[in-house]
Formats: sequence, C-alpha cells, structure tokens
Amino acid sequence: MIAVDIHSNDELRDLYRELIVDHARSPRHFGKLSDATHTAEGINPLCGDKLRLFVRLGDDNVISAVKFEGSGCAISIASASLLTELVTEMTVDEALVYFTAVTRRLTDPDKSNDNDEAIDLGKLRALDGVREFPSRVKCAILAWHALNSAIHGQSATVSTE
Amino acid sequence: MTQAQTKEMPTLANCRRDFPALCQEVNEHSLVYLDSAASAQQPASVIDSVTHYQCHDHANVHRGVHTLSHRATDAYECARDKIQSFINAESRSEIVLTSGATESINLVAQSFCRPQLKAGDKILITHLEHHSNIVPWQIVCEQSGAELVVAPINDSGELDVDAFGTLLTDDVCLIAIAHVSNALGTINPVRDIIANARSRNIPVLLDGAQGIPHMQIDVQELGCDFYAFSGHKMFGPTGVGVLYGREALLDSMPPYQGGGDMILEVSFSGTTFNELPYKFEAGTPNISGVIGLGAAVDYLRSVGMSNIEKHEQKLLEYMTAELKEIDGIRLIGTAVDKASVQSFNVDDIHPHDLGTILDHQGVAIRTGHHCAMPVMEFFGVPGTARASLALYNNTDDIDRLTEAIIKARQIFA
Repeated sequence: MIAVDIHSNDELRDLYRELIVDHARSPRHFGKLSDATHTAEGINPLCGDKLRLFVRLGDDNVISAVKFEGSGCAISIASASLLTELVTEMTVDEALVYFTAVTRRLTDPDKSNDNDEAIDLGKLRALDGVREFPSRVKCAILAWHALNSAIHGQSATVSTE
Repeated sequence: MTQAQTKEMPTLANCRRDFPALCQEVNEHSLVYLDSAASAQQPASVIDSVTHYQCHDHANVHRGVHTLSHRATDAYECARDKIQSFINAESRSEIVLTSGATESINLVAQSFCRPQLKAGDKILITHLEHHSNIVPWQIVCEQSGAELVVAPINDSGELDVDAFGTLLTDDVCLIAIAHVSNALGTINPVRDIIANARSRNIPVLLDGAQGIPHMQIDVQELGCDFYAFSGHKMFGPTGVGVLYGREALLDSMPPYQGGGDMILEVSFSGTTFNELPYKFEAGTPNISGVIGLGAAVDYLRSVGMSNIEKHEQKLLEYMTAELKEIDGIRLIGTAVDKASVQSFNVDDIHPHDLGTILDHQGVAIRTGHHCAMPVMEFFGVPGTARASLALYNNTDDIDRLTEAIIKARQIFA
C-alpha cells in the first residue's frame, strides 16, 4: 500500500472539514415534509446535484420546519443539512439575511468584504473552503437558492447554471 | 528513410512530449491527464498546422480565384483525402466534414431517416449509448411516429446479443450503435451485428467517437453504412468531425442544411444541389479545424494505430489490476472486450468530490453521468468517476491515480 500524507494538503482539508463530512454522511432533517407550505427544487446540471427543499411557514412568518431530500455531492448535501439546522424557527426575513450573506460570502472573491457581515454565520463558515474551488461554489449555494425560491413561492426548479 | 527522419518519428515512449498541454503543473503537481475520452490533448503538429494556416493561408474555400483561397482549398481538401485514406473509405465523396459526431448523427437522422420513416417503423439502439446517439433518434421518431427500440445490456456493461437479435425485426429501418461506449469502454460486437444486418438489408450507423482514437478503423472491412466521429477525441481540434457514409446512400439523401457551397445553381424557380460530399457541407466550414484534423491523422499514422492499440490495452490491464486493489472501489463497465476507459465509484464518495480531490493532486478525470444517463440509471448510480487512457499515458499516470484515490478515501474515512 502506498503511504499518503493526508496532512500535506490544507486546502483539501479545509474543503472537506470534519463538520462537512459529518453532515454529508448524516444529513439532518433529511426526507419529505408532509405538511410543507412551500417547496422548491434545486438542480446543479453540471454535477447532477438535485435537492428538493420543503418549508413549513406559519402565519407569523416563522419557518417552523425545514426538510430536504435528494442526492448530490458532499458539499451540496452538507450545505443543505446546515441550512435546515440554522433556519428552523427563524422568520422569513432572518433566513433571507442568511441567504444573502452566504451567497455573497461564497461568490465574492474579495475576502476583505467579510468584515462587513452584519451577522454571525456560525457553523456556515465551515463552507468557506469552497472559495478556493470555484467549480464547487454552485454546490454549496444550491440549497440556499432553493430556500429563497421556496419562500418566494416560486414553483419553478432553480438551476445554478 | 534517413536517420534524421527516423529521429523525428514519434514513438509511444516519447510521444508525451509532443503534447504541450501535458508538460505543465496543475495545482503544484505535474499534470496527469486521464480525460481523453471527453477531449484529447493536441500534439504540437496539430497546433502548428492550425497556426500556420491562420498566419499564411486563410481565405474562404471553394470560392476565390486568388492565391490564398487556393491554398486554403488545397489544405482543406487534402485533409479530406487524409481522412479518407485513414479510415479506408472507397471514395473521397464519402467523407462529409461536419462539426462533430453529434452533427454527423443528426444529419443521418434528418436526411436519411426522416424522409423514409413512417409510423410503426423502428430504429434500434442500445442501452449504453451517449446522449448524442439517443436524442437525434428520439427527435426523428417524434417527427415520424416511428419507434425507438433499446437493446438491453448486462451487468458487465456488454450488449445482450441474444436480446439484440430478437429486437432486430424486419421493421427496423436503421441500427445506430456505439462502436465503443464512452461511459463503460465496452467495444460492441459490431462485426457480427453488421453481418446480421446486411444479410437483412438493414443499414447500420456506428457512433465511432470513442472507437477512432483507440483502433484502426477500416470502414470497408467493417461494412457499416455510416461511421460518425469527432476531431477532438482523436487529438484534433474541437468543432470538427466526420460523417462517413456509403456513397449510394449519401447520393439518395436530400441535403441536411441549405446554404452556400452546397449548390450548383440557385434561382428563385429552383436550386440544383452540389455533388457529394459538398451537398452536405452548407456554409463556410471550419477550415482550420479540418486542417488540424488532417494533421492529427498524420500524427496517428506516424505512431501507428496498432502500436497505440497494443499500448493502451497493456495500460488498461495495469489500470484495472491497480484499481481493483483499492478497498471500497466498484468498477463499472467490466466487459471482456474493452477500450482503455474505466468508470468507477469509491465507497459512498460522490464522484464530484472524488474529482475535486484528484484534481487537487494534478489528476484530471471526468466525473458525472458522461452524457449517458440511461447507463447511470442501469447501474443505479448518479454518476461515476472515469479515467480514460490515450496514447500519451503511462503506468506512472496510473500510479498517481491510485495514490490520489487512496487519499480521497482517507479524507472521507
């Protein structure tokens, strides 16, 4: 067997952090939400990632439950799983602030803008590694676009292409 | 042959250095290019031929009386002759220059099939086809009411020959099959299929996009009616390809597209079409691409297709054995008769994660559905990783591949 030094490659380790691998392996809130009020599908045609996000929204505009199903790479699944953990019990406006912040952070090459973030991204910072892998950014923001689409009541499938 | 000439002949041992793109570092590692089945790299001779044409000889073909137009026409038509000779077509009229295998297949669907298909007719393909050998037939079936019949494959990714025979009924108007599967590497038993089809007067189209880079193609010996292939899979430029068609069939077919160059005489009362193959080459063609393809043919002939085939078969054997040693690997496409292409999945690692990790180590593979979604569905996977070998690969490349896969397993351990 060939010996491989797995610590020599920090960028890769940064992309596939333990938290990401854990959420990819055991995604939280995975499955259908039978009493969802909003739903949207996200497709990444390049990778074949395909997620459906289910949202239950109350009259008070609070997201009382979020679930997702589908298949995809570790980055897209982990990102969706982290999303469900975070936005549950948030108001729609709060969730949209995170949508804007996450997509800005992952698609903006200028890291100096990170300091302007009004909110604490917390665990979502685990996705930062994708910034070094432009071809994978779409995977990381797929679920977030699906969330945005779902709560705006757009039934059409979202594509990251 | 002089000694100087001998020295310049590329051999498999040193041909890697003929390919400028291979001599670079990617992500701080020397590049290992294992994605030739998607698009092969080009030797310097191809790049130089295109540059020379652009710098000195560019003009429109078949039109002008001036010197550059003559040069461009000569170079363009000379490439056609090279291609004719390379695949041993009987006549240069049988070499239609297209934008690629996809256009070649669409041309046959619309120009050969569509005028004759009627409701109840059938087109027979197989389960292992690339989308470009599925969708054009779906379109023409939709237009005509004909039926697209799909012959099954087995768990090794081989055509089920018995089932194919059963499906080959007299109402089949055309058989369209891959010579070599792009996703699985399977070499289809095309000789038997063609013999059977010919005895029943059923025409056969071979999608040769993945066949032509790996083996000597002799269309007369194969006996196929159409052979479609792309330049960029055989070390030529993108955007250029070939449709070989038997002259009698091409002659009987109406033009695929109308425009300049495909006519003899145009008036508002009617148009006389040009002779073969120009009848199928409307508009200004990809002149530099065709010239580059001619140079690619020269290069392949100088190395020798039988040498290439032997080299790749040895490498494939090595790669298969090495990959099998890796725990958690599942090889997809294990036909007995294969070209140097191997699809695989590792543990439950998504192919795109594998692709990213390998790329980070300078190893370029293809990941995804390989434009063969029905094949992925058959094997119950969303996609695969695929390593494809060409004449410039060696055993070091394969060692780098296996090392990189082992590292991916450690990241996901």
